Amino acid sequence: MPRVRIKVDGVTYEDEVEPRLLLVHYLRERLGKVGTPVGCDTTNCGACTVLLDGLSVKSCSVLAVQADGREITTVEGLGPGGELHPMQRAFHTEHALQCGFCTPGMIMASIDLLRENADPSEAEIREGLEGNLCRCTGYQNIVRAVRRAAEEMRQAPEREVTS
Amino acid sequence: MIPAGFEYVRPESVDEAVSALAEAGEDAKVLAGGQSLMPLLRMRLAYPEVLVDLDRVAELREIRDLGDALFIGAMATHHQVMRDPLVRRHAPLIAQATATVADPATRHRGTFGGALAHADPAGDLPAVALALDAVCNVRSARGSRDVPAADFFVDWLTSALEPDELLTGVTVPKLGPGWGTHYEKFHRTAQSWAVVGVACAVRRERDAVADVRVALTNMGAAPVRATAVERSLEGVPVSDGAFRSAAEHAADGTAPPGDLHGSPDYRAHLAQVLTRRALTAASAR
Ligand SMILES: Cc1cc2nc3c(=O)[nH]c(=O)nc-3n(C[C@H](O)[C@H](O)[C@H](O)COP(=O)(O)OP(=O)(O)OC[C@H]3O[C@@H](n4cnc5c(N)ncnc54)[C@H](O)[C@@H]3O)c2cc1C
Ligand code: FES
Ligand code: FES
Repeated sequence: MPRVRIKVDGVTYEDEVEPRLLLVHYLRERLGKVGTPVGCDTTNCGACTVLLDGLSVKSCSVLAVQADGREITTVEGLGPGGELHPMQRAFHTEHALQCGFCTPGMIMASIDLLRENADPSEAEIREGLEGNLCRCTGYQNIVRAVRRAAEEMRQAPEREVTS
Repeated sequence: MIPAGFEYVRPESVDEAVSALAEAGEDAKVLAGGQSLMPLLRMRLAYPEVLVDLDRVAELREIRDLGDALFIGAMATHHQVMRDPLVRRHAPLIAQATATVADPATRHRGTFGGALAHADPAGDLPAVALALDAVCNVRSARGSRDVPAADFFVDWLTSALEPDELLTGVTVPKLGPGWGTHYEKFHRTAQSWAVVGVACAVRRERDAVADVRVALTNMGAAPVRATAVERSLEGVPVSDGAFRSAAEHAADGTAPPGDLHGSPDYRAHLAQVLTRRALTAASAR
């Protein structure tokens, strides 16, 4: 079995993995990082979104062996020491979730969006999150949360999300 | 679901990749961005014995200026292609259409070459390659060959690639002055595939159409050129009326699919409407 070395949320792990093991299953089942859920079989829903070397990816469409030598950030790595990331705080404040299943993916995709565009319009937010499906909220509060976080993050000093 | 087991090979050069494919024979599959293949593996609609992962073949990610053409490496990601200054300058149609593909996370992994090799009739980039008269550069342990886009898309999910062949990249002729391009896509929800798409390139000379190319997405098992539209416009003065009557021929000779997104008749109607819009937008540039 291939041996991999993957940095996840700031900690380096060395493991033997079967090639067919999906990154999302590695995160959940090997590392116990169940903050990243699986919502579909078709790479459509975006619930499993994480950052791979800083860029958003759907971790159900990446093999764990492909993350060898790379750096992964999950929703669990955003707030060091239990503190909430501004995006997490904004989702909380704006009631941007109901069942919460899509939320980790929404948050990771939103952070990716702000990396490219610190001050997105409502239309740009909707487009930036088009790969993430929410079956509960109707998206209005999600868009509001991203705007709030963007504003806060523009005012607060630069914050490193890839630990 | 979980993919069936496979042997995993991770070459770091094109030479290593083609010899891995030659060795593995019929049961091998190339893994590019995985944005189409991983779901197929997960649903076990594909179950190769050997997976040859191109992720670490750096030379396949390059985009180069060849003078009168651009070379886009097969592993250039959608994210990379839509931002690349050479592509934006010399092949803006590719940048524009790529920005409509899927969503940001999918575009971070999915590749230009993968989108062509997958030969999905609903994929946006095959029609774009066809409209630009692009040439697919193919390598195997047996040698290399160039396949024009017009011969590359054979059937539903079927390209001209043999099992031991690798698409290394695509050569896209630059369009000179006077050309304008546009991709017009109709889809029902964000992130979803085209019900119908139209890729269009128009060269104007003074106020007339000197050259025109129109290629259709999802109007058959493979992308097609709307040759009746092209023929009826050559040399014709640019006008709304001319575009409107030419666009009426957009669905001539096509066999569009019927599915839950639309019937064949509906698609034929869409092709006409979108072709008129695409011609108008392309000739306005
Ligand atoms: C949610 C979602 C929405 C999408 N929406 C759209 C859309 O609107 N429009 C659109 O056009 N596409 C869409 N796609 C597909 C996307 O464009 C994919 O990137 C593309 O279809 C496949 O590219 P890939 O690099 O991921 O290839 P892979 O999935 O890795 O491979 C696809 C196939 O091509 C073969 N292959 C790949 N590269 C090579 C090569 N260099 N040589 C030989 N064979 C090769 C593989 O063996 C496999 O059979 C969507 C995908 C998803 C997940
Ligand atoms: S679980 Fe990955 S996209 Fe749905
Ligand atoms: S909050 Fe339930 S899916 Fe989004």
